[in-house]
Order: sequence, then C-alpha cells, then structure tokens
Amino acid sequence: MSKSAQPGCANCGASLAHEQTGLSVQGWNYVVALAGNPNTGKSTVFNALTGLRQHTGNWPGKTISRAEGGFRIGNDRYKLVDLPGTYSLLSASPDEEVARSFLLFGRPDVTVIVADATRLERNLNLALQVLQITSRVVVCLNLVDEARAHGIDVDTTGLARDLGVPVIPTVARDGEGIDALLAAIRDVATGSLVCSPRRVRHPNPALRAAIDRIAGHLRKDYPHLQQAEWIAQRLLAGDTRIRQAVESGELAELVDSPLRETGVPA
Amino acid sequence: MSSGTEQPSGLLAEVDRMRWAMPPQAHDRWVEHLYAEAAGIAEHRVAAAGASTRRAWERRLDRWLTSRATGVPAMLLIFAGVLWLTIVGANYPSSFLAANLIDRGLPFLKGLADAVSLPWWLSGVLLDGMYLTTAWVVSVMLPPMAIFFPLFTILEDFGYLPRVAFVLDNSFRKVGAHGKQALTMCMGFGCNAAGVIATRVIDSPRERLIAIITNNFALCNGRWPTQILIATVFFGALMPGPLQGLTATAAVLTIAVLGVALMFGTSAFLSRTVLKGVASTFSLELPPYRPPAILRTLYTSLIDRTVFVLWRAVLFAMPAGLAIWLISNIHVAGQSVAAWMIAGLDPVGLLIGLNGVILVAYIVAIPANEIVIPTILMLTVLTTGMTEVGSGAGVIFETQGAPLSALLHAGGWTTLTAACLMLFSLIHNPCSTTIYTIYKETGSVRWTVWATLLPIGIGVVLCAAVAAGWHLLAG
Repeated sequence: MSKSAQPGCANCGASLAHEQTGLSVQGWNYVVALAGNPNTGKSTVFNALTGLRQHTGNWPGKTISRAEGGFRIGNDRYKLVDLPGTYSLLSASPDEEVARSFLLFGRPDVTVIVADATRLERNLNLALQVLQITSRVVVCLNLVDEARAHGIDVDTTGLARDLGVPVIPTVARDGEGIDALLAAIRDVATGSLVCSPRRVRHPNPALRAAIDRIAGHLRKDYPHLQQAEWIAQRLLAGDTRIRQAVESGELAELVDSPLRETGVPA
Repeated sequence: MSSGTEQPSGLLAEVDRMRWAMPPQAHDRWVEHLYAEAAGIAEHRVAAAGASTRRAWERRLDRWLTSRATGVPAMLLIFAGVLWLTIVGANYPSSFLAANLIDRGLPFLKGLADAVSLPWWLSGVLLDGMYLTTAWVVSVMLPPMAIFFPLFTILEDFGYLPRVAFVLDNSFRKVGAHGKQALTMCMGFGCNAAGVIATRVIDSPRERLIAIITNNFALCNGRWPTQILIATVFFGALMPGPLQGLTATAAVLTIAVLGVALMFGTSAFLSRTVLKGVASTFSLELPPYRPPAILRTLYTSLIDRTVFVLWRAVLFAMPAGLAIWLISNIHVAGQSVAAWMIAGLDPVGLLIGLNGVILVAYIVAIPANEIVIPTILMLTVLTTGMTEVGSGAGVIFETQGAPLSALLHAGGWTTLTAACLMLFSLIHNPCSTTIYTIYKETGSVRWTVWATLLPIGIGVVLCAAVAAGWHLLAG
C-alpha cells in the first residue's frame, strides 16, 4: 500500500506519492482527481467516496501532497487522487504546483471540483480555470448545510447550465449527496454524459489571436497536447514554470508518455 | 534540467516576439475578466436570505479569539487547558499500565524464562533490555498521547489553528518570517517531521527555510511525555495536593512558550543574517467554526496519530533496549561500557546542569526522542545500584520498591537537573527522522547541518547559563 510514505508523517492515512509522475494505475479503469479551493472539504469528500479515514483538518493547506485511494461503481474500479487546495492555477507555490501539474499532465478521466457553497464566487474562479483545461468535470457543491445555516441558497440546476457540467450538492461529512456524486462521476467517466464546459475567452481580440497562433504552433510541435490554448495563454503571460517545461523538454515527455492511456482497463 | 536550449521549431522565440507586441496588462485584464465571470454567475445563482444567526455567534467568538487584546491570552488559556487535562488525565492510566506491564508482567515473564531455562544473556537481552524499554515507552507515552492528540485534533477540526496563525501573524512578520509558519509550528507540536513537510504551504524559499530550521522548537510528541513526567515528579511535587497538576501544567506551558519564543528569536536571527529578506504577504482565510465530529475525531486521531507514533516508538525502543543492555553488560577493564561513558560525560553534564546519565541517554536515543526517559531511568537504576531481581547486572526497574522521584533523587538529581533536562529536551538536535526529512525537503547538506546544530548549540549555552546562575545564587 505505501508507495513513498513520508517517514514520521503522522497524519497520512492514505499512501502518498510526492513525485509529479509515477501514479500507479494498474488495476484501475478510471482516474478521478479531486480539486478545489483550500478548506472546502476535499479530504472529507475523499473519505466519503473511498471509505478511507484520511485525517481531515479544518484549516487551509492541510493536504500538501497527493493522497490516493479507490472506489468501485458497478464493475469499474476508480482511482481517486486528492490534490492540495488551490485558489487558482495561475501562480505556483510548491503545493499548488502539485495540483496544477496533475490536472495538466496527469489527464484524469474526471476532475471533481469541490466548491464551498458558502463562498461560491471565489470557488468559481478556480472552477472556470479548470474548465479551461479539461471538459470532463463534475462540480461537487459541498457544505450546503452550512450555506443553509447562513441563509444561502444556491440554484444548482442553473449553475450546472451556466458551467456546462453537472453540479451535485453535497454534505460530505454526513454522506449526503455522495450517491448522486458517484453517479455523475460514472456518467462523465464512461462518456454517457458529455459536458460542454463554459470556456472563458480572452476579452482582448489581439491577445486572442496571439493565443490561437501560439496554440497552433504548440499543436504542431506536440500533436497529442490537449490544453494547447491554456498553455499558450500561460506562455504569453510569462509563466516561468510552464516555460521551463517547454525548455527542458519536460512538456514533450509528459505529452508523449502520458501517465496513463485514457479509459483503457488494465 | 537543460535550460536555454532553443526549440527547433522556434516556439519560445515566437512567444517572446508576441509578448513584446502584447497590449499592456493584457494578462491582468484576463484574470479580471475571469473573476468578473465568476462573480456574474455567483450573483445570478445565489440567493441569500438575510443575515443568519450562526454568523453572529461566530463573529463574537472570533472577536475574543483573534483580537489584539484577548487573542494571545485566549490561546495560552486554551493550550493550558489541553495540557492540564493531559497531565491530570494521564496519571491514572500511566500507573495502571506500569503496574501491569512492569511490576506484574516482568516478573511473570522472567519466571517463564526460568521455567524453560533460557540462558541468562538471552533473557537479559529479551526481557531486561527489549521488553522493559518497550513497556516503559508504552506506559509513559501512550496515556498522554491518547489524551493530547484527540484534544488537539478537536481544536483543529473546530477551526482554531488558522486563528492561531492569525493571532501570531504580526509577530512572525516582525521577525521576517512567513505567517503560515504558525500553521507549520502547530503541526510541529504533533511531530516535527510532519511540521517540516507542512512548510510546503510557504511559497517563498527563504521563509520556508526559516520555518524548517526553527520547527524543532515546537515541542513534539516525542518530548511532551518527557516534559510532563519531569514536571510532575519535580515541580508538581513542590506543591500541596490539588495544586500539583496546575504547577506541572505551568512548568510544561512555560517550556512550550519558551520554545515559541526561541522560534521567534532564531527566525529573527536567521532573517537578519544568513537568510536576509522581508516577509512576503499572503492571504489566509479564517474558515467557519465547524462542530467537530467527536467520535470520528477520537477514532482518526487514535489510528492516525497515537498508534502510528506509538508503533514508531516501540520500533525504536526495542533496539535501544538491546543497546542499553549491551553497554550495561559488556565490561571493559572492570567497568561496564555504560559506566565508563557515564563517568566520562559526567563532568560535561554537570557543567550544563545535567549529568552523565542524561547525556548517555541522549546519545542512545538519537533515533527517537521518545525513548529518552526510559533510557534515563534504566541507566539511573544501573548507576545507583537500586536493582532487584536478576543476576545483579540486569537492567531491572521496580516502580513499587522505588518510586520515581526517590529513584531519581538517589541518582543525584536536583530541581536544577529537572529544569535543565526540560530545557535540554526542548532545545537539542532534531530526531533522526526529522533530520532526514529536513534533508529531503531542502536537498541541502548545509541547511540540514544548520537545523541540527543550531538548536543543540543554543541548548548547551542556555543550560550552562541556567546552571551557572543557579550555582551562583545557591552559594
């Protein structure tokens, strides 16, 4: 079970993998990533989905590296990866970098964005960024009980229409909504539900043209690259980490030997 | 990583060309646009039905817990409460475990060993060495951990830790460190290795290094039992009955607060000398208070922390027990190796208010702080000759015949020894696991050496100063 468990790390119930690559997918049909702002209850959702009892804590930044677990729907086995919380995919502290790299290059079959229903606006900032990278997304609108207690009511049907992906209200602590979440994950993973995510385009036409041009260049250099627009946009914004990935050939490596083939049962 | 190699296709050159031609602040405008979209959706889909009652009490509580005037006293009071519950509560299960595992278990096992006529050295190694050390670790460590960790976890689940960060933020900024260091410090109160890993939440490499090097000043679970035991035996005993628990709590809290003070001091020193720079800003949201799920918390903290840490201690205790038995039973020139070491280190030990036994114990216990106290007890038994059963050279310890304080006093301990041991236990090199973790996280031998030698240097100087001051005052 333990892959590269940290010695002395008293809080890691599940096995941890700190490297950006090296996710073992043997025996799994699908890979699901859990992303979201810090302290929205990702680890609690992780526990609710997997039945594991990974330690959770009520403070932002608790999960600093990937934790992995698994669950089963029908005959399919899903690998679940709990990512560190991030406010955005634009800056990169070491813990945010773990999440960003995995979403970009780990190519999860489904990305579950855990959002805090009491702070929807800020949580949507990240959700919209994730939707730029992948279309296979389920939004888990967590903590709806707290929202209710605060007198906040979120129109999940309307929100799902706005975002173009399923939105499932949950109270992960009590297991509320987890069945519906599992069903949505299954639908997106198997392809029986195809999302049409809201892709925010750049407001400036000149920059839009520049992004398209660089994206075209990227697609020529890396035919398998799936997030060319996003990488083009980051390159033009002067993102040193992404630039480094191009310079060092890391991008080529990641694209040519993805962590896994999508949807192929092992 | 080979940087600077130009792509054959000229991708980066094209990027650079286009970046020059870009309208100013195009990127910022894009982020603004994205956030405006998010705001638009949220406004459209969220209906807030007036103010809620929950927010009102949360605000009131936050005023008490995070305000300038009451934040720090509230924090001290909360931690004192946790410590007091641990000290008072751990007493009973501790003596129960000691009575069963040591006073009853050991003679029983020795009888068993005699019945199957085990050779003396084998029963010595297995029972007097490994079993006894392990039994000591379990009875000294398990009860405080089983109380302290769940209480700490409940505080964490409730949402108190970010408030600690909020209260201490200004102080950390003043010493040129990152405010999130308060969070990694709190993790360090559990385990320094975990605390060092937790520093990944700090973006700035300079401030992260400061947080890594100073994390050792957060008293970890391997050292809490030492503090609690010595404080109870020496400082609690100075007071009449009902005040004993409070006095011991005050002593332990003083040490923990001193640790935090040292963390600030060394952080300031580092950020003014070898790690110069100003603190970077960051935002930390205060999460809502969440009623902790008490039963689940008890379960997870028992499985994740208590059992995990105890298992580690047992793993280290067994070989250490073996080592203690061996150095006590291998004789060179008419004296056991342990006796030679103790005699050799005694002058140095006394100079810094300790003694040879304690220093030898710290050498034996380099792998894990958890086993310092058991090692001290065994070596003291050996040197005072307060042994009972066995072949005379066995490392036997009987709590019934010789209460802890009587034993330690017979070993020449004074209140000064106790005070210096508590100080030294706070301020010495990190355990081997933490040192290894520091090396892995920093990837630098230089900073690992800094993190190892800085605390022990401070510890020796401070203990020597206390000892000198004590002797000056005493006569």
